[in-house]
Amino acid sequence: MKAAVFTEPLKPSSLSPLAAATVPLQNWIHKTGRAKPRCLEYLLVMLTALMCACSGPWNNPYPDSDAGKNILYGAFAERPKHLDPVQSYSSNEILITAQIYEPPLQYHYLKRPYELIPASAAKMPSVQYFDKKGTRLPDNAGDEQIAYTIYEISIMPGIRFQPHPAFAKDQQGEFLYHRLPEKELTDIHKLGDFPHTGSRELTAEDYVFQIKRLAHPRLHSPIFGLMSDYIIGLKEYAETLRTADEAQLKEQGSDAYLDLNSYPLAGAEAVDRYTYHVKINGKYPQFKYWLAMPFFAPIPWEAERFYNQKGLAEKNINLDWYPLGTGPYMLTKNDPNRMMVLEKNPNFHGETYPSEGMPVDEQADLLRDAGAPLPFIDKVIYSRERESIPRWNKFLQGYYDASSIGSDSFDQAVQLAGQGEATVTEAMQEQGIRLETAVATSTNYMGFNMLDPVVGGIGKQGREAARKLRQAISIAVDYEEYVSIFANGRGIPAQGPIAPGIAGHREGKEGINPVVYDWVDGRPRRKPIEAARKLLAEAGYPDGMDAKTGAPLVLYFDVTTRGTEDKSSLDWMRKQFQKLNIQLVVRNTDYNRFQDKIRKGNAQIFEWGWNADYPDPENFLFLLYGPQQKVGSEGENAANYSNPEYNRLFDRMKNMEDGLKRQQIIDRMITILRHDSPWLWGYHPKEYGLYHAWYGNIKANRLSHNNVKYFRIDAGLREQKRSEWNKPVVWPAIAGLIVLVASIIPAVVVYRRRERGAGITSTESTIETQMS
Amino acid sequence: MLNYIIRRVLYAIPILIGVNLITFTLFFVVNTPDDMARMQLGIKRVTPEAIAKWKQERGYDKPLMFNSGDEGFTKLTNTIFFEKSAAMFAFRFGRADDGRDIAYEIKSRMVPSLAIALPVFLLGLGVYIVFALIMVFFRATYVDFWGVVLCVALMSISSLFYIIAGQFLISKLWHLVPISGYGQELDAAKFLVLPVIIGVISGAGANTRWYRTLFLEEMGKDYVRTARAKGLPESAVLFGHVLRNAMIPILTGAVVVIPLLFLGSLIAESFFGIPGLGSYTIDAINSQDFAVVRAMVFLGSLLYIVGLILTDISYTLVDPRIRLE
Repeated sequence: MKAAVFTEPLKPSSLSPLAAATVPLQNWIHKTGRAKPRCLEYLLVMLTALMCACSGPWNNPYPDSDAGKNILYGAFAERPKHLDPVQSYSSNEILITAQIYEPPLQYHYLKRPYELIPASAAKMPSVQYFDKKGTRLPDNAGDEQIAYTIYEISIMPGIRFQPHPAFAKDQQGEFLYHRLPEKELTDIHKLGDFPHTGSRELTAEDYVFQIKRLAHPRLHSPIFGLMSDYIIGLKEYAETLRTADEAQLKEQGSDAYLDLNSYPLAGAEAVDRYTYHVKINGKYPQFKYWLAMPFFAPIPWEAERFYNQKGLAEKNINLDWYPLGTGPYMLTKNDPNRMMVLEKNPNFHGETYPSEGMPVDEQADLLRDAGAPLPFIDKVIYSRERESIPRWNKFLQGYYDASSIGSDSFDQAVQLAGQGEATVTEAMQEQGIRLETAVATSTNYMGFNMLDPVVGGIGKQGREAARKLRQAISIAVDYEEYVSIFANGRGIPAQGPIAPGIAGHREGKEGINPVVYDWVDGRPRRKPIEAARKLLAEAGYPDGMDAKTGAPLVLYFDVTTRGTEDKSSLDWMRKQFQKLNIQLVVRNTDYNRFQDKIRKGNAQIFEWGWNADYPDPENFLFLLYGPQQKVGSEGENAANYSNPEYNRLFDRMKNMEDGLKRQQIIDRMITILRHDSPWLWGYHPKEYGLYHAWYGNIKANRLSHNNVKYFRIDAGLREQKRSEWNKPVVWPAIAGLIVLVASIIPAVVVYRRRERGAGITSTESTIETQMS
Repeated sequence: MLNYIIRRVLYAIPILIGVNLITFTLFFVVNTPDDMARMQLGIKRVTPEAIAKWKQERGYDKPLMFNSGDEGFTKLTNTIFFEKSAAMFAFRFGRADDGRDIAYEIKSRMVPSLAIALPVFLLGLGVYIVFALIMVFFRATYVDFWGVVLCVALMSISSLFYIIAGQFLISKLWHLVPISGYGQELDAAKFLVLPVIIGVISGAGANTRWYRTLFLEEMGKDYVRTARAKGLPESAVLFGHVLRNAMIPILTGAVVVIPLLFLGSLIAESFFGIPGLGSYTIDAINSQDFAVVRAMVFLGSLLYIVGLILTDISYTLVDPRIRLE
């Protein structure tokens, strides 16, 4: 609402229909000659002015000046904790960081299976293998020969960083803001308060600088532990930096600047201005996927120097709050309590929309923009929306361009067609809303703690009995039913740990888990419960009773504290176990205690999930790799499963390139897992997204997050629809006012009568009458 | 009066220490420093070394309340409790566990909180008192009866229902104001209309009944009979005498909450997307950010004490017979 509206006189032509309707009302007041208080007139004029001020719908949460602009509107529920690429790892953070930072590689937006292509790199990295003596090995050299690998990455020349005060220089070429005295900071409250900005060309050194930052003693990179196993010298580098930092902190205090450029890292070096090397211990083919994540995006040393100044961090002016990158967008407003705004980076080096895709992309009109320069959208506004109800309603009103579907709005949004295919409901269709679905590259599973004597087993016989018990439970717990009831059909029952779309995953008959399913009529069918009972009896628990003691079998299911809405799913789980006459005791605890139990191996059966970092089977299969056990190793193997053959095969498989040989090893590994059943494989969630008609170029891509540059918005259509859908309905307010006035009138009448019937005037007149 | 105020301020110190102690104990019973580190560092690929480093940097690697490894007084001072609590008394709230400056956040979030809380408080006070006086004026009539029924009905409904119903009717069905959001300066007005209306309505039942009871009690007193006997109109009796004499209990309830208005509303801010201190506290609890929770509880206790002192002072303003000594 503009302040000018209140000061400028209203012109009749500018009145809205509603405002015009109020003018006769004012005239009527004057004509009747009734002495109405003037404040009523003022009130009406003010109301009219307010209504006119909103030229669009009254419930529009955005300024009128943004109407019709090429802006994408989204929402976020939880504010991002980190925007520094060395620390940021959460899915809600990467939605922002992936648009700003530009790592050397990215995933092709349209092609499936996922394919890596250059982003800021000039071409795909060259991978060179070397032996202990430093002799170059052929590409097909055996793993045992390879001592280290060099990734040579060449970047495109001419790429420039976004405008930023860290680069601003004076006429003498000195940095303007690198040594700011404290008094100059008094008027600085946000990054935009610095009047000057600058930029410079991206060089290979900036990538090396960021790799060094992974070991920075004052930053906590979640991948430091993993990368220090692979990047040569990173662990020692962290030690060197820690020692240097401690010495500097003692000498110069808390704002001492640790200049990483003064400390070379053996595993990362710039070869020339546009080329750098990353040296990896042995062979690690998955490293290329990490090169597509913001962890390996370039950071200029100037940013580190600028943000390290005393007084800036206290004002939240740091890289975690104001990122600096070379990507298509830059963060121009960061108020994570209210909104975050991304705007086009004027220095973006340019990229074009892909001209190749899958056959279905042509039909889906996803190649219409082939070859067009990116990005299409000028500005992205993410508003903080903590609660799902307002978020959903604002999507329906057209104020958010896309929405996920909560369980409470599922029936309103989605209906299932004859073949179980999900489509939007008629109401959604009328609004032009469309549904996009994709199976997530993640898995939700139920794990058995293999260290537990009952479900893990002790001794050879005990382990065999426990295996049969786990297999029996695998058959009994009907995940088809679970997905149908509790996930509104949004999921695919899993046949193993690897999610669809990832190399190593098999579809069809050869992909089913023969322990749990039979292949009948061209589809998997869960084995009958009798098969589970038979296995249970073989495990030593006929009809759910311990054959030795006669006691009923009681198992414990550890879950994190849930609300009442999850009670039904826990009841359902109990019933699944009751099919085998097994008593399932749910142990409900808060997430901290739950994690503690898992770390210490005190849980028996638990639920967990995993989102893939990259599209390689290694990223799923390592979750059951022995050396990754939670207990003892603090790894990611929460089931503490360890099978020597599986471990051996994993060691072989992890460094292999995709191909027939690798697939054979993966098949064998999956067979071992299915036989041992350390998990109930659970299901792979299917993600549903709703998009308005004006939102184009949508293709679900669960691994790449830098997708905003591909999206397109028809702002004219959005404006038109918003006006259509949000016409103000004033009659209830007027009716309410009338009811209120009508209910007040009798009270006023009574009040006046009482006032007249009592008080000095009437009393005096009575006395006078009596006297006369 | 000055002596009284100084004495009350000094009383506040042990109260604040006690509040800090209780907050600290309750928080760390549920969340260990390791849990806090894990929450901040994320779930995936967190190493024990990273957790140890995180705790060391933030001073969470020390004993909670008693450091048996130290000598003398440092056994008490070289602890998490002392180090985190002592600075609070100098209003140095420090940094949130995610590195943000807490004092800056409090300052920037106070205005949005007040933007809702103050209009709700002032408008509510006026509306509730007027309605209560009307019910008293029409006591023992159908207006009074149905007024009480309405109040009881309003009291019986959860404030969450008012919010959801208000958003549904006014924003979703009638499209009169935005469902949620917040703007700068005048632009904020359109976002505040709905939460203010709902805030006033949700408090109407209990408050109107409370004021009605106060006024009815006053109505039975001799001075009211005298005023009527003098022939004063009923409006003059109600507004000129009853209201003034009922000010002490009204102030007891009203003045004490004035400082707390700064802290905002937990639920309303969350549903209406208001970036105030209420939503800040909720976020901190959800993310196990002890630094913020501690600062907000400390601030809440302090403002409550300030409110109580202000209430005492306000008594002297409305009743000349009261002296603070």
